[in-house]
Amino acid sequence: MSALTVQRRPLRLTWGRLAIYIIMIAFAAFFILPVYLLLITSFKSFEEVSLSRMWDLPRGLAFESFGRAWEVLQRSFSNSVALVIPATIISCVLGSLNGYVLAKWKFRGSDVLFSLILFGMFIPYQSVLVPLVETLRVLGLYGSIPGLVLVHVVYGIPITTLIFRNYYAGVPTELLEAGKIDGTDFFGLYRYIVLPLSIPGFVVVAIWQFTSIWNEFLFGLIITNDPQKTPVTVALQNLSGSQYTQWNVQMAGALLVALPTLVVYIFLGRYFLRGLLAGSLKG
Amino acid sequence: MQQAQTQPIVTRRARRFDTDRFIAILMILPSVVAVAIFVYGFIGWTGIVSLTRWEGLKSSQEFIGLENYASIFSTTRFQTNIRNMLVFTTFFLIACLLIGLLLAVLLDSGVKGESFFRAVYIFPMALSFIVTGVVWQWLFAPGNYQGTPPDPTGINLLLQKVGLASLMTGWTTDASVVPGIRAFGLKTRLGVPMAMIPVVIAAVWQMSGFTMAMYLAGLRGISDEIKEAARVDGASEWQIFRTIILPLLQPVTLSAVIILGHISLKIFDLIVTMTGGAPGNNTEVPGLYMYEITFKANKFAEGAAVAMVMLIVVTLLIVPYLIYNNRQEVES
Repeated sequence: MSALTVQRRPLRLTWGRLAIYIIMIAFAAFFILPVYLLLITSFKSFEEVSLSRMWDLPRGLAFESFGRAWEVLQRSFSNSVALVIPATIISCVLGSLNGYVLAKWKFRGSDVLFSLILFGMFIPYQSVLVPLVETLRVLGLYGSIPGLVLVHVVYGIPITTLIFRNYYAGVPTELLEAGKIDGTDFFGLYRYIVLPLSIPGFVVVAIWQFTSIWNEFLFGLIITNDPQKTPVTVALQNLSGSQYTQWNVQMAGALLVALPTLVVYIFLGRYFLRGLLAGSLKG
Repeated sequence: MQQAQTQPIVTRRARRFDTDRFIAILMILPSVVAVAIFVYGFIGWTGIVSLTRWEGLKSSQEFIGLENYASIFSTTRFQTNIRNMLVFTTFFLIACLLIGLLLAVLLDSGVKGESFFRAVYIFPMALSFIVTGVVWQWLFAPGNYQGTPPDPTGINLLLQKVGLASLMTGWTTDASVVPGIRAFGLKTRLGVPMAMIPVVIAAVWQMSGFTMAMYLAGLRGISDEIKEAARVDGASEWQIFRTIILPLLQPVTLSAVIILGHISLKIFDLIVTMTGGAPGNNTEVPGLYMYEITFKANKFAEGAAVAMVMLIVVTLLIVPYLIYNNRQEVES
């Protein structure tokens, strides 16, 4: 069947193929360019840093920029770690339960309820910020990491529920029916049938939540007023907004902030992509 | 005998079923309550604030209808914000869709090193807009490119090095609006604020790979047989693309428009880092304006009105899509 194409392709290889590769390489260059600048700048020594020699390669590998950036970002780095780990774990548990119920225990109006929950992931967070700050103040959570955890967990409910619900839709209902006939209850079905099949779902959701919470800026900016408690994106923005910071330090800082999510992307890119596509509803 | 045996089992199963259903609802209740309060309750709260008069940090509890809305819409600044938001969204959407589709089609054409190229195109999605903003801010720092001798930096320096010095511009510092006409009695000048172009480029850098991934998933879902049949019928590759592939990709385009659209209508982080709204308010968008007037100037009621305008714009985009999606699901 593919004999036709196999015969045709080599014939048309020449110019068309070449053009395709040129376009693809040109775009790859566009995507890599900022990373290239980020890397060469971060590794330059302070004497070497000059805006007019921006594109020159560093003469050696210097780590002073990283040292300086780390000094400033260290604190916020541990804040972000303390934020992202509990928030991701709680998000996974909630998302999994919600997804299980909304996929396999449908009740009257459950689909409408799902749409109503889903709406929460599209809203501009500006429309909830003031009440959010007031509420966190009342709860005594304003300006604290637990407060940020709560916020990320709550506003993460729509996307985590969505991913798990779509994932569980693929688990055959017959499997659960069989379990029900054997007298297995809600939690038994979850524990012995659904959960063992859920590992990829958990990986996708965990990566998604880890990445988006690590990268998030607005909540961090509004909810933490104390510079000692800011997440890493807010600290980086403060670093780059400061008049007194050399730009090589800013670049090194950007690289440090990017590193955790980049590492996840490099090693678990497949799952990251699945989360991305799940975010587009039915993709 | 058999009858008597099956009977209790059925009823027991039914009862079991009911308690389970009850537990199921109980299990999602915390999430439902949280969303009800943190999403719908807070939106309602903001909505009410936007309809009242605020004096300093205190609400006067006095309802003034849409006065806050009228007041923000009458300012040059907010009109400029809306213009900027529309310009950003338009350019961002078109560029992402075109580049995303182009790259997906190229990747799908059986090239070597597909997975490498795919990884390169998508990786910016893993980064924070803040990281993107910091890097692109330096790329688009123009330097003293008009001086004698010129001392450009970033992209301008790169252009000079490859002999394209005539293309050097002020990028994020260019305060012009093209064509910048005044019309419809608006206080802001209509057109494209040139300082927005670099911001769009940075945003496209971050999101076009995602669009590519969506299109690629769509392309992989189209069976080879359809294309093969058309080829046998003598259709050219371009005809196949126009008449078969493109129509089949329409749902992907719709999803992409919704996802990219709601991101760009709310854009905040990237602009804070790259330009902070400057020059003038040429790159300021409602998300940033809301932040400034609420948390810097304590104008809570007007800030709430800006937030509600943002919400309404996003809702107009999202709700029809959610309904459409829900219906599709019911049908399938």
